[in-house]
Amino acid sequence: MTTDNEVTDGEAGGAEQKEGTERPKWDNKVQYLLTCIGFAVGLGNVWRFPYLCQIYGGGAFLIPYVIALVFEGLPLLYMELAIGQRLRMGSVGVWNSISPYLGGLGVASMMVSFLVGLFYNMILAWVLWYFFHSFQSPLPWRDCPLNLNHTGYLTECEKSSPVNYFWYRKTLNITPDIETSGPLQWWLVLCLATAWCLVYICFIRGIETIGKAIYITATFPYLVLTIFLVRALTLSGATDGLVYLFTPNWETLKNPKVWLDAATQIFFSLSLAFGGLIAFSSYNPQKNNCERDALIVGCVNSLTSIYASIPIFAILGFKANENYNDCRNWNILKLTNAFNIGDENITLENYDDWLNHLNTTDPSEVESLSLKTCNLQTFLDQSASGTGLAFIVFTEAVIRMPGSQVWAVLFFVMLFSLGLSSMFGNLEGVLTPLLDLHMVPPWIPKEIFTGLICLTSFTVALIFTLGSGNYWLEIFNSYVGSMPLLIIAFFEIISVAYIYGINRFNDDIEWMTGRRPNIYWQATWRFISPFMLLVVFVAYVVIEAEKRPTYNAWNPDYVNFPLADVLHYPEWVFAICVLLSVLPVVSIPLVALYRFIGLLKKYIMNRHNPNPYANEFCNGDL
Amino acid sequence: MFEKIFFLLCLSTALAEQLCRPEASDGYRVRLSIKTALGDEAYVWNDNEMFLFRATLAFAMRNQISGQEFEVSNIIVCDETPRVSFWFVVTSPQNTSQLVDKESVEEAVRKSRNRINSAFLLTDKTLEFIGIPPTLAAPVNPDTPPWLIVFGLVMGAVGAGIIVLLASSVVQKKRKNDEKPDDEEIDEETRVKTVENSAASEGIYNRSFSDDERFTHM
Repeated sequence: MTTDNEVTDGEAGGAEQKEGTERPKWDNKVQYLLTCIGFAVGLGNVWRFPYLCQIYGGGAFLIPYVIALVFEGLPLLYMELAIGQRLRMGSVGVWNSISPYLGGLGVASMMVSFLVGLFYNMILAWVLWYFFHSFQSPLPWRDCPLNLNHTGYLTECEKSSPVNYFWYRKTLNITPDIETSGPLQWWLVLCLATAWCLVYICFIRGIETIGKAIYITATFPYLVLTIFLVRALTLSGATDGLVYLFTPNWETLKNPKVWLDAATQIFFSLSLAFGGLIAFSSYNPQKNNCERDALIVGCVNSLTSIYASIPIFAILGFKANENYNDCRNWNILKLTNAFNIGDENITLENYDDWLNHLNTTDPSEVESLSLKTCNLQTFLDQSASGTGLAFIVFTEAVIRMPGSQVWAVLFFVMLFSLGLSSMFGNLEGVLTPLLDLHMVPPWIPKEIFTGLICLTSFTVALIFTLGSGNYWLEIFNSYVGSMPLLIIAFFEIISVAYIYGINRFNDDIEWMTGRRPNIYWQATWRFISPFMLLVVFVAYVVIEAEKRPTYNAWNPDYVNFPLADVLHYPEWVFAICVLLSVLPVVSIPLVALYRFIGLLKKYIMNRHNPNPYANEFCNGDL
Repeated sequence: MFEKIFFLLCLSTALAEQLCRPEASDGYRVRLSIKTALGDEAYVWNDNEMFLFRATLAFAMRNQISGQEFEVSNIIVCDETPRVSFWFVVTSPQNTSQLVDKESVEEAVRKSRNRINSAFLLTDKTLEFIGIPPTLAAPVNPDTPPWLIVFGLVMGAVGAGIIVLLASSVVQKKRKNDEKPDDEEIDEETRVKTVENSAASEGIYNRSFSDDERFTHM
């Protein structure tokens, strides 16, 4: 029934015995679950999900999100964990076992894992930079630096804001456009080296060391989120933020883009198609209830997203409230100075009365002051996701909280732990296939090999430390971390459901867990999930293709600075974007073609020279 | 007699008022925000406080222009408002109808700004001289930026950890290699017996019957 697998198992077993070491395994179930949860729960749970909730009508977004989880996320997750556990190999080995023509899937997963690992660690380097700077009083992003003759502040900082200046100038030292590369920023190189060293020390012996590190990196974020939750709820204006977040706006459900974003968010949030989950479950004993594991990991990931958005939005509400009060106090000061009223006579409470009184007595003077219109809603609407949320919006909120240094340190350590546990999955998606394919000469110890992987990644990732590094990171994020994964996942589920055979898969699962998968899993694996993936992929391509790709540049000389200068990608950059999307997935047809040609060759040779003693199994090309 | 004195007084006040008026070319407007700065401990602004201000400013002028003895009467104040803001001009001690020029006044205020502020328990923000921007405090630049110190600590800890882990794996390997020769001696006998069996189970593909067309092609 499962002859291919038995042969490969035998080969694998034989190979392991030759090496003298058996396949590494998890110390206990908790380690395995924490590692999978840590891989799934990453930066996106903290800075992408709350943003989507905010722009898509708060509580209403949970509906498409849960539907996507149930019909797309959980089936794919269960499938990946099950095949990894059954076939006991990394992504390349697993797909090779299912069918030699599908070996390209594993290679594609490996390439995507490698490319994503490059830019993901750069984000962690930025987090480290902010962490290193959080031990100063006052925090360096609170004040603008002075200009040369100490009479005022630097113009770039005055026009934008101290937090913006610190991010774009002091951290990134960003160039005005992607074509100007600028030199390597030595401080970012140092931070990147630190990030890779930290990853290496946890990753040095594969899952042996990852399993120990994960106890801290997977649980610490929850601790910090709880601390932030308690603190944030006591801040003034927190309730405004929470009300704004969770008030459902049912109208948004009519917009198809909401459903598309929910589906892509669930997909990327669970870190599917990277090969990391397959690698992790391959170190499990085969008789393990992977159905329960999949449900646990999937639900914990979604619950973490929802749990993280509460303190984030409480703090954003606090910040909006502070900005609103600043706006009104500015107006009050203007009025006080212009009409020479005693200071502190006009307060926030009686501001409206005073304004009416002054408007009636001297409207022209009030006109000339050009008072700002202060609206709390406008401040709440200032949404941000990604690096903008962490390094601009949140840092601004932190400087207004008493004890800023503590909150800043906690926040950045939390971000670092979230990212580090995801990095483990990315690197395992690269290491395990390479080890399983025996591409590593046996005289190289594992520690040196992992070190080589980290060193290569560090060297290639130096492009992100250039002046234009942030623009390149955005490109990698949009083009590598999205479309190739959808394609890989689609082929994965089609292969398992139709090429490997859903019945064979059911038998495997019954052997592993003792229970046959029920009708829900059958329906989703066979029809619903592949269909949803196809629809999501087509919609994604259509939406991305109809707009000419542009990017936001930070240009101090721009006319409308501090607004972003929207530029088009030059031709050569766009070619690189397309290359990044195509390169990982091109291996799928290439490997299939390569095997097919090999088969043809053999067939032609056999036609010429019939050899009664030769048969496929002995020519051992599996 | 009294009429003459009265007339002189009126004349001097009139002159003073003429010298001091809002938007005078050599004067500055001052704005105080006492309640904002001190909250509950705010003092009430009255004539005594005004006297102190004039005296402090005379002190500042004396520091700036040495030799000239500025008196309280040389500082003329007008246009007081409930905001607590007023306009002042400085007259020269040698000639009371002549005003000291703007630049000297600005220099004097700049130099003694700290003393003037502390006389009133106020800061640059709450005691404003409109038109004289405060010299911003130079930022403290330590020799080693603090972030490099934290970076050094973290890198040092991580580097030490890596070395320890690598060393421990080398030690482990050495121990394994030392144990292996002992095991090999014990297993030698059993090994000899199983050699033939393992040869069969490995399934070495016997090539004598495969594609050797070179020899048998007819």
